[in-house]
Amino acid sequence: MTTGNNALPELQTKTESSFKRWLTGIFISLYKVYQFISRFFREVFFPPYEFKEVLKQCYEVGVRSLLLISLTGFIVGVIFTKQSRPSLSEFGATSWLPSLVSIAILRALAPLVTALIAAGKVGSSIGAELGSMRVTEQIDAMEVSGTKPFKFLVCTRVIATSLTVPVLAMYTGFVALIGGYLNVSQNEGTSYTTYMEQVFEPLVFVDFWSSLAKSILFGFTIGIVGCYQGYNSSKGTEGVGKAANAAVVTAMFLVFIEEVIIVQIFGWFR
Amino acid sequence: MKKAKATIDYKNAVITTRGLTKTFDDNAVLKGVDLDLYQGENLVVLGRSGTGKSVLIKIISGLLKPDKGEVKVFGTEITGIKENELQEIRIRIGFSFQNSALYDSMTVRKNLEFPLVRNRKKLSRPEIDTAVEEVLEAVGLSQTINQMPAELSGGQRKRIGIARTLILKPEIMLYDEPTAGLDPITCIEINELINEVQEKYHTSSIIITHDLTCAKTTGDRIAMLLDGKFEREGTFEDVFKTDDEKVKPFFDYNFIQ
Repeated sequence: MTTGNNALPELQTKTESSFKRWLTGIFISLYKVYQFISRFFREVFFPPYEFKEVLKQCYEVGVRSLLLISLTGFIVGVIFTKQSRPSLSEFGATSWLPSLVSIAILRALAPLVTALIAAGKVGSSIGAELGSMRVTEQIDAMEVSGTKPFKFLVCTRVIATSLTVPVLAMYTGFVALIGGYLNVSQNEGTSYTTYMEQVFEPLVFVDFWSSLAKSILFGFTIGIVGCYQGYNSSKGTEGVGKAANAAVVTAMFLVFIEEVIIVQIFGWFR
Repeated sequence: MKKAKATIDYKNAVITTRGLTKTFDDNAVLKGVDLDLYQGENLVVLGRSGTGKSVLIKIISGLLKPDKGEVKVFGTEITGIKENELQEIRIRIGFSFQNSALYDSMTVRKNLEFPLVRNRKKLSRPEIDTAVEEVLEAVGLSQTINQMPAELSGGQRKRIGIARTLILKPEIMLYDEPTAGLDPITCIEINELINEVQEKYHTSSIIITHDLTCAKTTGDRIAMLLDGKFEREGTFEDVFKTDDEKVKPFFDYNFIQ
C-alpha cells in the first residue's frame, strides 16, 4: 500500500511517464502525417492518373455541399450587412456598407465559411468512407490485386477538394454579396450596378490571390486530413466513427490556424 | 462432387516460409512457421481462431511484415523488396477475403474490371467485357453483372470475390475462411468452386479454414497450426488419426461424434 510519504513522488513519476508517452505519441503522429503528405506528393505527379475518379470526386464534393453553401453564404451576406449598418450609420457612413461587406466577405468570410462547411460535410464523409473501406478490407483487396489504392482513393480525393473548395468559395462569395445587396437595396434603395461598383472598388489584386491561395490550402487540408484519418483508421466500426469525427475536428482546427498565418503573410504584401 | 486428382509438382514449391514469427503487442501469434506450398496443390491450414492463420496469408501477400523469418514466393524473397516488385508478384496471387471485400460503391462489373484495367492496360473494351463475362460464368453468376454488392447474398459475394481474383488468372490462390458464415448448401458450392478453380486455372492454393468438410473436400494436404507452429501435417486421415486433445475436438465438433 502507498503511504502518505511516498505517494507524492510516485504520482510525480506516473505523471512524468504519462506525459512522456503523450509527447512521444504526438511526435509519432506528426511523423506519420509527414510521411502521408510526402507519399501524396511522391505519387500524385506520376502515372497512372485516375482522371475519371478525380472528376467523380469533384462532382461529389461540389454537389454534396452546394445547397448548404448557398444557404449559408446568403445568410452570412444578409446578416453581416444588417449587423454592420447600425455602427456605420452612427457615423453617417452607410454608403460604405457595400465596400465593408465586400472586404469582409471576399477577403475572409467566403473562404473560411466554405472551408468550415466542406470540413463538416466532405471531410467527415471522406473519413467515414475510407475508414469503412479499411475496416471491411476493401483497401487491402485493392493492394493485393496489384493496384494502388493510395493513388485511387487518396490522391483523387485530395486533388478534388483542392480544386473544388476554391470554386465553392467563389460561389459563396457571390451568393453572400447577393444577400448583402438585397439588404442594402431594401434599406438604401441602391441599384445593383452601383452596389457592385462599390463592392469591387476597395478590392485589390492581392485580395483575389490571398482568397484563392487560402481556399486551395483549405481544400488540400480538408482532403488530406479526411484521407489520413480514414486510411489509417483502426479496425472496427468504432474506428470509422472516430475517423469521421477526427477528420472534421482536425480539419477545422487547422483551417483556423492557416487562416491566421495567411492573413499575416498577405498583410505584408498590402 | 468428388475432388479430381490434382497434378502436383512436389519439386517446385511456389511458396516457402522459414522461421516466420509475428507478434502483436505482447501476443506472439506465429512462432517460427515453416511452410511449403507445391505447384498445383491445395494446402488447407487449420487452426483455432486467433492462432494466426489469416496473419500467415497476409504476410505471404505482403499485407503484413513478419518480425523474423523468410517468405519466398515464386522463389523471390518478398520481405524488404521494392513496392513495384511486390506489385508484380501480387498480380500472380489471388486473395479471397473472409468478408469478400467487394468495393461497395461499384457494381459487380466495375469490381471485376478494377484490377484488370489497372494491370492489363493494353486490353481493348471488348476484351475486358469478355474477361468479365468469362469469370462470372466460371462462378455461375452472370446475371449479377449490373448489381451492387449490397444486393448480393453472402454466397454470391464470396463467389464474386473469387471471380475478381480469377480475372487476373493468378497462379496462387489464398482463401481466407471461404465458407465462414454460409449455409451448408452454399458451403458445398464454394468447396466445389475451389476445386474447379484448381482444375481449370491450375492454381496452387492455401485455404484457411476451421471447417473440416471444406478441408476434407478441397485439401490435398492439411497442416494444423497450433501454438504458432505447424504441429501436424499430412492427408486429412493422417492429421486426425490421433488422440491428441488439441486436435480431436476439431474432428468431434465438425462431425458430431
